[in-house]
Amino acid sequence: MDEGPGLVSILRQGDNLIASIHTALDDSEMVRFQRNLIEQIGRDRARGVIIDVAALDVLDSFGARTLRTLAEMARLRGAETVIVGIQPDVAFSMVALGLGTGTVHTALDLEEGLAYLGGTHSLPAPDGTEPHFRP
Amino acid sequence: MTQDSPTAERLADASPAIDRVDEDELLPQLVAHLREHRSRLREEWANRIHRAHLLEAMTPQETTDETTSVYDNYVEVLETGSVEALQDYARDLSERIIPRGVETHEVVSIVLLLRDVLARSLFEKYQRDFDFLNRVLDAYEPAANRIANTVAVSFVEERERIIRQQQDSIRELSTPVLPVREQLLILPIIGILDTERARQLTEQLLTGIRTHRARVVVIDVTGAPEVDEAVANHLVRTVDASRLMGASVIITGLSPKIAQTLVTIGVDLSKMHTIGDLQGGLEEAERLLGYNSKQDGTAG
Repeated sequence: MDEGPGLVSILRQGDNLIASIHTALDDSEMVRFQRNLIEQIGRDRARGVIIDVAALDVLDSFGARTLRTLAEMARLRGAETVIVGIQPDVAFSMVALGLGTGTVHTALDLEEGLAYLGGTHSLPAPDGTEPHFRP
Repeated sequence: MTQDSPTAERLADASPAIDRVDEDELLPQLVAHLREHRSRLREEWANRIHRAHLLEAMTPQETTDETTSVYDNYVEVLETGSVEALQDYARDLSERIIPRGVETHEVVSIVLLLRDVLARSLFEKYQRDFDFLNRVLDAYEPAANRIANTVAVSFVEERERIIRQQQDSIRELSTPVLPVREQLLILPIIGILDTERARQLTEQLLTGIRTHRARVVVIDVTGAPEVDEAVANHLVRTVDASRLMGASVIITGLSPKIAQTLVTIGVDLSKMHTIGDLQGGLEEAERLLGYNSKQDGTAG
């Protein structure tokens, strides 16, 4: 079964895929989203993925882990992932719970994420070293 | 106030010295006495305040004015039994005298002095009839105690209100988030950073990143004398959270003492990007944002 309409939209723009999560997903919806996105990366030969979580007001450990593994899988399929739109409250509670995004880059919003994937902007490195441009 | 109904035995017991007075009549009689000797008693009270070295922050004229109105208020409360007017007056008075440096103990002592002066005048007046004196005091003491209580509480409440108000304004002033250039914020931290301020700082920084679309934030802690372990960990988390929102944080101006604290308590500093002073931090931030540096003139 596919996820219902309106939960997540995956749009293609040039070499990049833009996945917007519109509402809180439960665990099985999260897994379905992961599977669909990974499939679509291969189908569209995407080089970059942006996951927009601006609509989420909470991100639990399962959600954070799924996004991390999703990014790892995407990398193995040849696309770099950027997570954008993490809300201030979400950011702080994630850090307080010890949830990071692993090696995944994060950006303020869609625009910044696209600028990074397009090579025009640097982003802070996930490991805390100096911000850098897309390799 | 005691509200005993006249009992049979009291009516039977006819004391010759002073006419029998109903309990309800006691207070009005008391009040009349205090009004009659107003200037003498107030003078006596003011002298005792002076002898006790209280209210030295005020001029003699002010002391006279205030003691007069406190005296009148005091007598009025004895008469009406309603403390509301006194409460308002006490609050108003506190508002005027707190900035002058009048302390709580002074206010309480002053009210207790008045209570004492008035009680003594009652002793003097009724000393011939001990039984009647007792009844007068029965009426006087509870009312006087309530007045002392009301004044002290109003004073302390007013003090607390001022303290709260000041805390609020400090809080508002304490953590400004300043945009310096497009996508660059400065957050100067001045004064002691406690847990509450640290929490507030995080909140303001994260919302600031959002509204100013910041990519680099410089947190300058030159003005912070020290941090404790909880606050240090909180700072590290703030840095991490800013990164999740796509902003790099540069910390500048760590004093030797804070640096030592951070290292000693074993905060994970590998993810902290620190630079010696604010100037260096700003130069680094501009480099990260790709602005031309003034030295080399080429784009970063």
